[in-house]
Amino acid sequence: MSDSSPVIAADGRPLKASLNRALRRQKIRALLLIAPLLLFVLVTFIAPIADMLFRSVENDIVSNTLPRTVVALDDWDAGSGETPDEMIFAALAADLAEAVAAKRHTQLGTRLNYELSGMSSLFRKTGRQVKKLDMDAPFREQFLEIEEDWADPEIWITIKANSSKYTAGYFLNAVDLQNGPDGIEARPENQRIYVKLFGRTIFLSISITLSCFLLGYPIAFLLANLKARTSNILMILVLLPFWTSLLVRTSAWKVLLQQQGVINDVLVWIGLVADDNRLELINNQTGTIIAMTHILLPFMILPLYSVMKTIPITYVRAAKSLGATNWTTFWRVYFPQSVPGIGAGSILVFILAIGYYITPALVGGTSGTFISNRIAYHISSSLNWGLGAALGAILLALVLVLYGLYDKIVGIDNVKLG
Amino acid sequence: MTSNSSSDAFVAFERVQKSYDGEILVVKDLNLHIGKGEFLTMLGPSGSGKTTCLMMLAGFETATHGDILLGGKPINNIPPHKRGIGMVFQNYALFPHMTVGENLSFPLEVRKIGKSERERMVKDALDMVQMGDFAGRRPAQLSGGQQQRIALARALVFKPELVLMDEPLGALDKQLREHMQYEIKHLHESLGITVVYVTHDQSEALTMSDRVAVFEDGRIQQLAAPDDLYERPENAFVAQFIGENNTLRGKITAQNGPLVSVDVEGGLQVQALAVNCGGVGEQTTLSLRPERVSLNGDGPNSTSARVLELIYLGDHIRCRLEVSGDDQFIVKVPNGAGQKHLVVGEITPISWQSEDCRALDF
Repeated sequence: MSDSSPVIAADGRPLKASLNRALRRQKIRALLLIAPLLLFVLVTFIAPIADMLFRSVENDIVSNTLPRTVVALDDWDAGSGETPDEMIFAALAADLAEAVAAKRHTQLGTRLNYELSGMSSLFRKTGRQVKKLDMDAPFREQFLEIEEDWADPEIWITIKANSSKYTAGYFLNAVDLQNGPDGIEARPENQRIYVKLFGRTIFLSISITLSCFLLGYPIAFLLANLKARTSNILMILVLLPFWTSLLVRTSAWKVLLQQQGVINDVLVWIGLVADDNRLELINNQTGTIIAMTHILLPFMILPLYSVMKTIPITYVRAAKSLGATNWTTFWRVYFPQSVPGIGAGSILVFILAIGYYITPALVGGTSGTFISNRIAYHISSSLNWGLGAALGAILLALVLVLYGLYDKIVGIDNVKLG
Repeated sequence: MTSNSSSDAFVAFERVQKSYDGEILVVKDLNLHIGKGEFLTMLGPSGSGKTTCLMMLAGFETATHGDILLGGKPINNIPPHKRGIGMVFQNYALFPHMTVGENLSFPLEVRKIGKSERERMVKDALDMVQMGDFAGRRPAQLSGGQQQRIALARALVFKPELVLMDEPLGALDKQLREHMQYEIKHLHESLGITVVYVTHDQSEALTMSDRVAVFEDGRIQQLAAPDDLYERPENAFVAQFIGENNTLRGKITAQNGPLVSVDVEGGLQVQALAVNCGGVGEQTTLSLRPERVSLNGDGPNSTSARVLELIYLGDHIRCRLEVSGDDQFIVKVPNGAGQKHLVVGEITPISWQSEDCRALDF
């Protein structure tokens, strides 16, 4: 068919065009139906996220605040180890005078301080003195008088390195690297926190997914195989946590898990744990795993249940009639058919866990916090939005990579939510 | 082949009862003996207890009361996987995540049969159902009829002596169903296995079985060979359930030898064979097959009837008549030379032999 002439409809037009025309109305109507939601999502969700992600590479503050200096620094050799000449200082003086008038020099200082500590105070101090500069005397001496750090080539290297409109600095920072004089290098030992935090987030999320699976599978099996009345009651018990506030549930875990809490008290009373050696169950990784497993368990149980519900009892009966023991029947016939549910539940729980914020913040202490807690800190406390955005982008990429990996290994077609 | 005493029966139900809720008996006092090599069909409408009986035999349901014996030994407490009974399920129950070959290999693997022996047995079983080339396919890639054959092969591959089939042909279209009926029957004959077959399709039961047990209301209403079942039904339910049947109700007025005289509602007086009816003065149901009625006025039971409807069916013409106030009286007239051609509205004489009209329970 493909190499012959196109099929012609009754009115002489090509059939394909005819068909498209016939379907156009339907398509437009479908588009109009989803348009309000699409617009809403676009405006309130996708656009802010895109904007946020853009901030992870955006770096126009230096080139906007110090335009002349940036141009002048083009000719300066960063590797020479010498302080720039008078011409550059003159450019800086002109730029700073404008920046101070617009009160932008402190922002610039804060920004450059992420790269090199001391920059913030340097700009603040210089900013206070800029008005007193003598426009005729050599600027170089005057600047060195205000603050002799201006002689340090390191400062100029930092300014030059950040003079382009875009930077990989936030991303480097987010993986514990920095732009040094000799290119990309590792940060000092005591400043490396993000790789460890990413690693911990992934490790804890996997642990939570695993414990959700181990606890949820038998319950989902029961739900799917019990009589309707009993399983309905069980189902309500599974859904009950959904109807309780997340904060209430997390706080309840605080009451239960703390050293003077219910669980420790009971263990001491039974005699399993010595009174002076109570278990540390909260404000560490154990606390995060326990509380988050509890909170995310329904997200594992529900997909598992809905898949198990569709596995007909006749498969189990057939396997038994063929001579398989209960275990063989389960392992070779039932379990493989429940894999799509395991996949769906695990992806759901893992992706929810990896970005979880409130529970680790409340019960995680210092060793049980997630990368999301750090992102929140940068967004709302340190106001380093660029770094927050870079961390968020890496987290997003990580989830997508893991999702792709899952697709490779298990196959995304093998995921069923019901 | 048939067996009626428990001592030499291969499968025996002894006074078996089954209740799911403790209030209603689904199976009431079932006694059934199945001989070795027999093809026995449990036939009945849905809810009659036939599938429950099969599930009890397979071990998926436990009998509330009574014993089920296999080869003379009670099996009530033997779990299903140790019973060694092959089973074909209504929807085939082929494991969707395994290939056809793996499906067939499964019962052999769990029996710890060696690899080469296993491969040979799987091949033999597939060849037996003419599906030798399909070992690598997945069940979802097969048509309904092919899946049916694979299910059959899987139930037979480990060479069980007893095979249970739970409406295995229910999902197939009519033509394929009839074809598979013959195939299953031939397999049964060539392998010498015992088959217990459950269906609600009476023609399937009549085609395949050595004996048919007609279930209704948790009891076996009649257990007989297909021809007996059709020609000599013992009660009104069986007469009605197997084949087409004209039913006349009336009161017995006299008994002479094997025959009774019956006053049918509407004023007709007929002679009928006393099979399962009460004495003089009792109500009875008369059963008369449509093909045993002839369109002439001779014989002991003759009356006149008005033609209401004619349906042309090729090999015969199905006539609906009004006889003695009953407007659902059916007569099948063979479509052959010399046959009278009826016209709607005409009055025609009809008659039948007294022996063909059976007086049954009311």
